[in-house]
Amino acid sequence: MSEKSAGGLATAGRVNKYPLPRIRAPKAPAGTLYRGNTGMWSWVLHRITGVAIFFFLLVHILDTALVRVSPEAYNVVIESYKTPIMGLGELGLVVAIGFHALNGLRIILIDFWSVGPRYHKLMFVVVILLWVILLIGFTPRHLMHVFGG
Amino acid sequence: MSTVNIETPRAPRSTGARRGVNLEKWGWIYMRASGVVLVVLIFGHLFVNLVAGEGVKAIDFAFVAGKWADPFWVVWDTALLWLALIHGANGMRTIVNDYASNALLRTIFKGALLVSTVALLTLGTLVIYTFEPCPVGAPAELLPSFCEAGRP
Ligand code: HEM
Repeated sequence: MSEKSAGGLATAGRVNKYPLPRIRAPKAPAGTLYRGNTGMWSWVLHRITGVAIFFFLLVHILDTALVRVSPEAYNVVIESYKTPIMGLGELGLVVAIGFHALNGLRIILIDFWSVGPRYHKLMFVVVILLWVILLIGFTPRHLMHVFGG
Repeated sequence: MSTVNIETPRAPRSTGARRGVNLEKWGWIYMRASGVVLVVLIFGHLFVNLVAGEGVKAIDFAFVAGKWADPFWVVWDTALLWLALIHGANGMRTIVNDYASNALLRTIFKGALLVSTVALLTLGTLVIYTFEPCPVGAPAELLPSFCEAGRP
């Protein structure tokens, strides 16, 4: 076996500069940080919410630009944001951005916090909890604004 | 029988030091740095516009004019526009790189992203900084109350 191969390094009797990590064999296929389980699903949700927010932002910059056209033009368009259907759309937007923001902070902690990768699953649970709390606070208030008198 | 050499995974990249700025690295850092700031900017934005007072029902031309009469919100909204749009566009660039396997399509998608981002940053910035809160001839009931002072 060649000296350069990974196996060769691991079995050589000399001081090993790049020791191979010891990984216990999982009992069942277990996925990795990203494949399967929370790592993958948080990534899928992060990606979908990111795209959704991006397209909303494109529209939102254009509708806000109407303040430069005339007060009437802006008010007519913004009136449609107060209808029940758009009200539910705004709720969906907050659902999406709430997850993307909280999970984004989790990604940052995984990348920069020394024990971040070890706690990525626990942090995902915390993300979901904070997300639910955020929505419990926001949803009734917003629906009252949209549907209430 | 021939053996295949697999380099040990943690060995440093050997082939000559790379020169110049690593843009891909700075993009990665930008996603995280802007993300932290965006959490504050976006939740503040959503709170003031959707939660406080009458929420979405309170938004109209006079509401926006009232906010932009305060330099605080001018700076806030400018930062939000630039950080969020560049973050979003760079994220979309990653997604295009991941899924568009055809080189020509990839160029077209990324070109469209670049053009729309530059256009919207220009438009949005101009809107904020050339904003006219009391346009002549507009009905007074649509304007913020501070416009009345200067009217005949
Ligand atoms: C609320 C604050 C936000 C935080 C903390 C945040 C955080 C992040 C992070 C950490 C990433 C991962 C980048 C990477 O893996 O290299 C990301 C990706 C992304 N973000 Fe955000 N983000 C925020 C707001 C936004 C907004 C407003 C938009 C849309 C305009 C957006 C769109 C995207 C997109 C499209 C991606 C790429 C997703 C992917 O590659 O799978 N994000 N975000």
